[in-house]
Amino acid sequence: MRLEKRNQSSAVALALAPVGAVGFTLLIASLLVLWAGAPVGQTYALLLKGGFGSVFALSETLTRAIPLMLTGLAAAVAFRARLFNIGAEGQLYMGAMAAVVVGGLHGGTGIDWPVPVLFVLMMAAAALAGALLLLGPALMKARLGVDEVVTTLLLNFIVLLLVSWMLDGPMKDPTAMGWPQSVALNPELELSKLIEQTRLHTGLLWGCALAVLLWLMMKYTVLGFDIRATGANARAAAFAGVPVTRTVVLVAMLSGGLAGLAGAIEVAGRTSYLTLDMSPGYGYSGIVIAMLAGLHPLGVVLGSVFVAGVLVGADSMSRAIGVPTYIADVIVAASLISVLVATLLTQYRVRWRA
Amino acid sequence: MMELLDTLANPAFWVAVLRIATPLILGTLGVLLCERAGVLNLGIEGILVAGAFTGWLAVFAGASLWGGVAVAALTGAVLGSLHAFLTVGLALSQHVSGLGITLLATSLSYYGYRVSFPKVTTPPTITPFGPMDWLGVPVLSQQTALTLLALVLVPVLGYLLYRTPLGLAVRMVGENPQAAEGQGVSVAAVRTGAIVAGSALMGVAGAFLTLSAFNAFFFNMVNGRGWVCVALVVFASWRPGKALLGALLFAFFDALQLRLQQSGGVALPYQLYLMLPYVLSIVALVLVARKASYPQALMKPYRKGER
Repeated sequence: MRLEKRNQSSAVALALAPVGAVGFTLLIASLLVLWAGAPVGQTYALLLKGGFGSVFALSETLTRAIPLMLTGLAAAVAFRARLFNIGAEGQLYMGAMAAVVVGGLHGGTGIDWPVPVLFVLMMAAAALAGALLLLGPALMKARLGVDEVVTTLLLNFIVLLLVSWMLDGPMKDPTAMGWPQSVALNPELELSKLIEQTRLHTGLLWGCALAVLLWLMMKYTVLGFDIRATGANARAAAFAGVPVTRTVVLVAMLSGGLAGLAGAIEVAGRTSYLTLDMSPGYGYSGIVIAMLAGLHPLGVVLGSVFVAGVLVGADSMSRAIGVPTYIADVIVAASLISVLVATLLTQYRVRWRA
Repeated sequence: MMELLDTLANPAFWVAVLRIATPLILGTLGVLLCERAGVLNLGIEGILVAGAFTGWLAVFAGASLWGGVAVAALTGAVLGSLHAFLTVGLALSQHVSGLGITLLATSLSYYGYRVSFPKVTTPPTITPFGPMDWLGVPVLSQQTALTLLALVLVPVLGYLLYRTPLGLAVRMVGENPQAAEGQGVSVAAVRTGAIVAGSALMGVAGAFLTLSAFNAFFFNMVNGRGWVCVALVVFASWRPGKALLGALLFAFFDALQLRLQQSGGVALPYQLYLMLPYVLSIVALVLVARKASYPQALMKPYRKGER
């Protein structure tokens, strides 16, 4: 088989591509549901209802979408510059840890600053912690040519062990009866709720605002141009005077910072303390969301709501009908692959014979 | 210090080293084969999970142990074909395709496990491979046949890569696919073959975990071993012999941290010991970075007739 570049993507193909991708994903998921011995139609109905069917369901979905939005943006901006940051998971935990250090442990140090100052400090520390974690791999890539994929992946495991250590010792909550959780954040630092009686918090506004800012930056600023140029062709960009190394480092700070904020916002908005299982792979799902969105910041917002809806809906469907919740992860992974293939087919046509 | 020497003098320590090294050897050889042909395979983490699951499930369902290994290899090969279709056939990003396959294979395995065993609290077990008592070689005879297979595969892969026309073809499509095509070598066919065979090896590496190292399937049992293999290939400069060395070195430190942790001689948090292998992988990458001779066409999709 051979690929042939299309001169122009037809409007029909562009419209059909996502439909085909979704259809293919649903087909695979349906087979799996049948394997589990559950009725397919009812399973999907329950999944949709659990994810989007009521104010409560929607509030849960949007709550879950907040960290996904931020890790999605982290992946989108990094991948745009061809910096393959697979370490958002670790950066998220670094951010959460920094948030607890500033916003939870300060009581013991005797520092008594006003809440607004402390809040800004907390968020800044989280972003900085995430950024610094990615800075190492980015510098190793720029200076030594070490593949950042492997280093960021390995750092995820190191950070999780670091968190486990912190929860055992320095940051342990002495009142948690041996439960591995950190001391709680100062309650005044917590984000307020968007809707009363739900868990939805103002982190959603942070996520959406950052998405818009990132989109404007990519589109209208020199840095945005440098990022796109570096990603399109680093050698050509360097030849044209784009400071490639500096751009990669800045992108790393930006991407790591966004993932770090995801951790702080989770702590401040939802959990109020740090635990080892506060992220069920938000960092990895963020990559999928970024790819689903075609690396577009505003698309990331939609993508994160979609993925969060599937995850939340699968939880509620699984409780009702017994299909394992892992079906959600299968749907997310399969939709990643099918969207990639569908997008490619809008740009190329396949010639089966040479 | 004496304690350390005691540990090193104990054959049981070296038995552990070889056991820890086995899945890394198999996985690293698998990655090496794919990368020699110019294709990064980040699907390895998921393929390890899938191989561990399907191999174990086959044995649990009544297949022989070697039948389970064959099923695991087949699982790896199927996932490898998907990676080949996406990265060679459709020339999609190798990073993204590999990660997609890791996510897909992992979630499918976990889903399959939950569907097959909805209500178990303790994981069901099988009778794993036994030690090779008949061999009569110290340390080695306490390993299972899969370890022997891994050790034998190192020179076999070395011979294939450096002494046969097939190996030359594999290395050519990884270095300069245009030139290979000019010599009448089908880049697509060779790359596909290398990915499928390499992924089958990864499947066997996964099966080692459930059919030899342990006797059951657990969630998170792979725990980053796949990523370690990807790092080891760079450390090994894409050579099978050095890959064996790297895997053994890694296993040595991993076994050592386990011993130090158990002996409690050094009062450090256990998490620091567990970090050591991952930290060492990164250090190894940095150390060899300057002189790493990547296959020239690695991560570069090849489209026939396109420059």
